[in-house]
Amino acid sequence: MSEEKRTIMPPPPGPPPETKKKKKKKFDDFDDIPQSKYNRAARPGGMRRGGPPGGGMRRGGPPGMRMPGEKVKDFKGTLKRVLKYMAAFKWQLAIVTFMCICTSVASVFSPKVQGYAVNVLYYGESTGEWQYNLLTKWLLILGVIYVMNSLFAFIQQWTSIGVSQNIVRIFRRDIDDKLSRLPLKYYDSNTHGEILSRVTNDVDNVSNTLQQSITQIISSAITLIGVLVMMLSISVWLTLITLCTLPLYLLVIYIIAPRSQRYFVGQQRALGDINGHIEEMFTGQKIVKAYNHEKDSIDEFEEINNRYYKYSRRAQVISGLIMPATRFIGNLGYVLMCVVGGLFVSGGRILLGDMSAFLTYVRQFSQPINQTSNIANVIQSTLASAERIFEILDEVEEVPDADGSKDLVRASDSKNANGHTVLEGAVKFDHIEFGYSPEKILMKDLSIDVKPGQTIAVVGPTGAGKTTLVNLLMRFYDVSKGAIRIDGVDIREMTRESLRSIFGMVLQDTWLFNGSIRDNIAYGRPDATDKEIVDAAVAARADHFIRTLPEGYDTVLNEEGSNVSQGQKQLLTIARAFLADPAILILDEATSSVDTRTEILIQKAMEELMKGRTSFVIAHRLSTIRDADMILVMNQGSIIETGTHTELLAQNGFYADLYNSQFTGRDLDEAG
Amino acid sequence: MKIIFSKLKPYLPLVFITIVCLFTSVMCDLYLPTLMSNIVNQGISTGNTSLILSLGAEMLGISLLSMAASICTNYLSSKAAMGFGRDLRAATFRKITSYSLHEVDKIGTASLITRNTNDVIQIQMVIMMGMRMMVDMPLHLIGGLIYALRIDLELSVILLIAVPVLACIILLNLKFTTPLFRLMQTKMDNLNRVMREKLSGVRVIRAFNAVDREKKRFNDTNYDLTQNALRANRRMAIMHPATMMVMNASVIAVLGFGAMRIESGGMMSGDVMAYLQYLMQILGSVMMANMMIMMIPRAIVSMRRVAEVLNMESELNDPEVPKIPEEGVRGSVSFENVSFAYPGAEEPVLKNISFETRPGETTAIIGATGSGKSTLVNLIPRFYDTTSGTIRVDGLDIRDMAQEDLRNRIGYVPQKALLFTGTISENIRYGKSDATDEEVRKAAEIAQAAEFIEKMPDGYDSILSQDATNVSGGQKQRISIARALARQPEIYIFDDSFSALDFKTDAMLREALKPVTQNSTVIIVAQRVATVMSADRIIVLDDGEMVGYGTHAELLNSCEVYREIVSSQLSEEEIA
Repeated sequence: MSEEKRTIMPPPPGPPPETKKKKKKKFDDFDDIPQSKYNRAARPGGMRRGGPPGGGMRRGGPPGMRMPGEKVKDFKGTLKRVLKYMAAFKWQLAIVTFMCICTSVASVFSPKVQGYAVNVLYYGESTGEWQYNLLTKWLLILGVIYVMNSLFAFIQQWTSIGVSQNIVRIFRRDIDDKLSRLPLKYYDSNTHGEILSRVTNDVDNVSNTLQQSITQIISSAITLIGVLVMMLSISVWLTLITLCTLPLYLLVIYIIAPRSQRYFVGQQRALGDINGHIEEMFTGQKIVKAYNHEKDSIDEFEEINNRYYKYSRRAQVISGLIMPATRFIGNLGYVLMCVVGGLFVSGGRILLGDMSAFLTYVRQFSQPINQTSNIANVIQSTLASAERIFEILDEVEEVPDADGSKDLVRASDSKNANGHTVLEGAVKFDHIEFGYSPEKILMKDLSIDVKPGQTIAVVGPTGAGKTTLVNLLMRFYDVSKGAIRIDGVDIREMTRESLRSIFGMVLQDTWLFNGSIRDNIAYGRPDATDKEIVDAAVAARADHFIRTLPEGYDTVLNEEGSNVSQGQKQLLTIARAFLADPAILILDEATSSVDTRTEILIQKAMEELMKGRTSFVIAHRLSTIRDADMILVMNQGSIIETGTHTELLAQNGFYADLYNSQFTGRDLDEAG
Repeated sequence: MKIIFSKLKPYLPLVFITIVCLFTSVMCDLYLPTLMSNIVNQGISTGNTSLILSLGAEMLGISLLSMAASICTNYLSSKAAMGFGRDLRAATFRKITSYSLHEVDKIGTASLITRNTNDVIQIQMVIMMGMRMMVDMPLHLIGGLIYALRIDLELSVILLIAVPVLACIILLNLKFTTPLFRLMQTKMDNLNRVMREKLSGVRVIRAFNAVDREKKRFNDTNYDLTQNALRANRRMAIMHPATMMVMNASVIAVLGFGAMRIESGGMMSGDVMAYLQYLMQILGSVMMANMMIMMIPRAIVSMRRVAEVLNMESELNDPEVPKIPEEGVRGSVSFENVSFAYPGAEEPVLKNISFETRPGETTAIIGATGSGKSTLVNLIPRFYDTTSGTIRVDGLDIRDMAQEDLRNRIGYVPQKALLFTGTISENIRYGKSDATDEEVRKAAEIAQAAEFIEKMPDGYDSILSQDATNVSGGQKQRISIARALARQPEIYIFDDSFSALDFKTDAMLREALKPVTQNSTVIIVAQRVATVMSADRIIVLDDGEMVGYGTHAELLNSCEVYREIVSSQLSEEEIA
């Protein structure tokens, strides 16, 4: 779908030299391209942020335009690494190159042979003597060349498609592989859209170039040289005349392209603004209407839309000059050939067939020039994409499990008679220090001692830092000082796998994947039997609603998960936790998004799940909080108070404030 | 789709001139080989140097004319296509802005965005390509044919064979390759989906030690996509050599039969050379047609999608003579037997709702998810029209009022804080564009937003980015509340606006609201009992019906559903 993307041109971008500024006075109103308000002047890779799936977005440029690429930071290094990837396919690439040479040579030779045939015709016409044998010979040779040409072209394309698609597959595999070894920090500091765009847009970009541009470069080069040689073999003078047109091509391209460049930049920015405005206004239509801002919104839109029109039209008009101009130069060469060639033929210096061949060569000559003028841009933008891919591949990985890490026995494999695990589930924070960045320490010298089976309530304003707690306990992040111990063992001395199998998570932002309910419940233990799955669902109070679904346990959760409600999803994650049978739980109490009845179900299921397990509960219900063995009061990512309900109330600190303000503000004076 | 082409109307003269220019340039291009053959036939064979030169000059002139015409074509078609695109985009935007939420729901916000952006660009591009290539192509085809036939009728039997064969190849390609490319889109979406799931679920995946399984899932999808891409592209790879073969076979045939025609005196060798060139033009344009045909289906899909938008009329319109409430009446809302069903839904969302509020009173609405709370308050600013029953604001049926007038009386705070790109003060002024700095600050103070805003480096001039990622959810909600407060409306609607706030801020905010809303009606949708407890009246909704109506104390005694909600949130002593 993008083969038209790269045939034509603009050559390397870059600001026009200062001195030229004056000449362009008439375009003054365009000189300052306004910065995009939405800060997303589209990048060549395609539309950022979600965008339509699969590159539905075409840029506004003419079909042949490839947007000016951004600069590559390390051109040589990136190129080397891309070549390394290609090295795995060196044999196929050798075939591609060889076939490419063959087709180029064939297409260079065929006009010459065609010319011989024309000579026979002319000879027959002027002498009346018809050398049909000779004609048949030339035509047969021509036929063979043509068949070979097509065959070679086919083999070449077939192979190069294989190479490029497989390289792309390997790129994607490597990125995915790498992502699975990256620490959570990477996920938290990069938006999903950004990562996704590298897996799709950037990889696609590289793939397109590999598939098209490489053969294009080879064939252009060979054709250019081959044509030159053939032309020289026919007539040095005619060749020199043809070469005279060469500077004209370059002149045209280098005069026009940079001029259109700036308008393309403006056009891209305006397009980014249009998309931003539309997205914002449509998403916020309720507010636009509620506050009677329809007219303002339309006025702003018209302004951007007109700006886009102005830029895009200029960009089109100017870049559109290239085609007619180069065609004219082509025609100029053609006319020169006809006249000078005609004079040469009538003067007997060359044969008519030579002239006919020459006419074809003149046309062939201009093609690679047109094609390669864009190649600098294509390479630039491809390497920029490749560089972004390598950036991921170069990220620092998670610290590997320490040598001799303990592999704690998986909870579910070692049940004792009571159905409880041998793992006791004692958690100890031993003078820990932690912060996401060294400048901002969230917890300092914090110690907590949780005994097996205790319930710990985590309270605090929304977003106060329950993720931090999960991050530390599951060792998604490491503490900078002190240690977290489970049953006395420093979690850094366990394998991550065994550490994580100790924990069960039931969070409110339930993560379920696009698969059947059965597979989702069995996520923690893919080898679970059907009976175990149903038992877990029954324990989680989810069995009933699952059975009311048309396809029961085989119901496939759709992508938005809209076929089950938020509360039901949470029941499914509880079932998932039941099946995994962890020793320690991290739970999120249901809140606003769940209706009352489901909430009661969730509550009961959770209570059941918590029996005999150490549980960290992100609590919203006062009863949970009050009954907890310990309360962790969190604010802005750090644990600021710990203790039981009574102890904390007596402290009269943040918790007391929080607790009191529950009462419709009537204790506000105390609280404030 | 008629409606889309109607937008092309103002540009028809431009389009017409474009076609004329295009025609000129194509004719010029086509004329060149004829002149060339004249050079060969008349100039070279007779050695007439001056004829060669004059014909050469003529060719040069024709080339110049062709270039001029091309440049005109380009200028005009850019102007027409971009202008058309601009108009279509603006028309679509205006139309969508005029929609009520009813129409928005019908198509979906995401789809509307794509239609107004990508689809319009797609159409604009096809129009541009269309003006240049779709005209250029048949002209080349027809012109080439005319010239070819003029040179020699009998030789044209070759065309009679070559063109259908080429057409066949193209059709086969369309039939067997296009579906694969469409399938590729689906597979690409699959890959994206798996990746997205992996990114959003990374904690769960690692917690369940499912990294290897996920890796396999991705690899399978990746492999599947690659296989399909290989098949699709390889089928496509047959195309080029095959068409090349047809063209080259025709060349050989022309040379071979050409020889016989020359021998029999029907042609000259210059004619054969010219014929070869026309042949290339004809077959070239047929191949171009192939490319165009592949573009058209996509364009048609886009056109349909945009046409659907343009053809849909908002069902919710202002009355011809809007009524204006009497002076002095301020801030009463009444529902009289209001029922509402979303179009196409079997069950109504709201059934027979009646209540009345007066200025200075707070009405709270509580109930389970899906019980119709948000829908109820969305009816007041007339985002939707009721299915039956009447809503009155300040004593007037809201359908008799101008929407603008109605909405001016309301300060609406949605469930999910929606802010716009711009500074914080611009966002607050969204409620009242002429608000003074003092008013903006006052509103922020009441909304408990002043503190964090003043802490930001640029204070009220801090810029909120597109998704307002630089402020937290609770902060966004407070700005959104300040926006409503800046308006100083008669009626406040808080659609579950407090749940993003922590308990303490929630309480402080409600306390600060009290003096401001003394003369206004306040309607609060809430999930937390604590939020609604002090309201003058509480409406308990269950499955769209009012199952309770009264104060907290009254409802505790009379309403089972309310008691259930309360007991799930508060402990015994707090209830009492």
